Amino acid sequence: MATLRSPQSWADRPVVVFDNVSVRYPGAEAPALKRVSLTITGGEFVFLVGSSGSGKSTFLGLLTRERRPSEGSVRVVGRDLGSLRRWRIPVLRRHVGVVYQEFRLLPSKTVAENVAYALYVTGKRKAEIAQIVPEVLEQVGLAGKAERLPGELSGGEQQRVAIARAIVNQPALLIADEPTGNLDPDTSVGIVQLLDRINRSGTTVMMATHDDSIVNQLRRRVIQLDEGTLVRDQERGAYHYTS
Amino acid sequence: MQASFLFSELKTGLRRNVTMTIAVVVTTAISLAFFGLAVLLGKQVGVMKGYWYDKVEVSVFMCSSGVPSLSCSGQEVTPEQQAGIQAVLDGMPQLVESVEYESKQEAFTRFKEQFAGRTIADKATVEGMPASFRVKLRDPGKASEVADALRPVPGVDNVNDMRDILGKLFKILDGLRYLALALAIAQVVAALLLIMNTVRLAAVNRREETGIMRLVGASSWSIQAPFILQSALAGLIGAVLASGLLLAGYQLIVADQLAQNYRVTAYIGSSAVWATIPLIVLLGVGLAGLASFFTLRRYLKV
Repeated sequence: MATLRSPQSWADRPVVVFDNVSVRYPGAEAPALKRVSLTITGGEFVFLVGSSGSGKSTFLGLLTRERRPSEGSVRVVGRDLGSLRRWRIPVLRRHVGVVYQEFRLLPSKTVAENVAYALYVTGKRKAEIAQIVPEVLEQVGLAGKAERLPGELSGGEQQRVAIARAIVNQPALLIADEPTGNLDPDTSVGIVQLLDRINRSGTTVMMATHDDSIVNQLRRRVIQLDEGTLVRDQERGAYHYTS
Repeated sequence: MQASFLFSELKTGLRRNVTMTIAVVVTTAISLAFFGLAVLLGKQVGVMKGYWYDKVEVSVFMCSSGVPSLSCSGQEVTPEQQAGIQAVLDGMPQLVESVEYESKQEAFTRFKEQFAGRTIADKATVEGMPASFRVKLRDPGKASEVADALRPVPGVDNVNDMRDILGKLFKILDGLRYLALALAIAQVVAALLLIMNTVRLAAVNRREETGIMRLVGASSWSIQAPFILQSALAGLIGAVLASGLLLAGYQLIVADQLAQNYRVTAYIGSSAVWATIPLIVLLGVGLAGLASFFTLRRYLKV
């Protein structure tokens, strides 16, 4: 198994491969995801769009093995998630960073401790952690805020902490699930610029969003889901389909 | 996973759950103390058996005109009958070690001494005392064999086998032991349910945190370890308290009271109490750790 490759080593290699993936929830009539096939290559920046209930969350849940496909196969950073052993799941998650709309920071821990958390669980030594954390905080524009508590920060700053935590293990894939959903437009632009910068350094970024202005501004690959079906996969797309 | 990180998690967990942890500690302590009591009662029965069985003798009481009895019809044992009894005893050298004859007069003197100062001693007469043979055995386990051989011999009124009497006492002690064991088991069940409930609550309370740990790729073990350690620590404290209770109880009841005032038997030493402590600690830590481990498998899935 390929372990701890640098994000750059995935350049032009398939980071995410969906092959005829369907997800059915028990009791639900229609499947949440219907025979979705696609490939995301290392270094790409992909927007995932679609209305609520279109299957975006299900799609993202498959990438971190929080959900399993009912049919078809999902490969993420070289691993077939259908046959991934339970005890291997944590290793997968260290290669896939995730950022959420609601930040999900530990309120009782400082900014630095929140970021260090992701390093502690991988067994990194204290000296290494003390070196890495300030670097990452500077990378996301939070130098000098290391000892603050999340509650003392603005929403945009909290999201930067979450991003720092997500990238501190140098994942090949960064998933952002509505990262600007709780932020005002100006702050949102800053966050997306940060994600763009991370993408340019080699990390594949997949961002689910409802923010049409951001999608229209960046003009990156757009994947659109509608009622579980992949209805659009467009290079340099806009939020709404234009030919 | 770093030890310092683990311990800071453990400390947070303990601080948040003080009351429940105390409840777990107390129930665990009580259950383990009962368990230790059962073990020690078992050991005490063993000590008493060893002490008394060494001293077991069979008493062959002969007919006495002064003692009402069915088998003697009011007749005094004749010298011929007495010789016959002696002959039966002499015929079993493989069972009998030694035989002592106690005359009516000797029996009367011993009785007077034994019950000195009580009215029963004043009322006793030489005529009312039976003569007897005191038989010491090579193997105390064969007492009933000797007794059965002597009972039908003419001139024998009654054969007293000390094992019968001791057997009844041991039955009572065994009963107490099983009672202590039953109480221990009931308490262990209560303690286990309490631990499972505490761990479940802790897991639910910290769902946000454990969710984040999963999100950043923490292994199941590193997520569960603080919870398991917390239970194991409560189990350890309970075990230490139980051990303290047993040691104090031994000192106050056995060493200070029974061993001083009731010297009819030997008692277990304090080393026996110390010897059960590792078992109690192992049980306390093991049960608490396992209960929490199996609870977490249901509540903290990766």
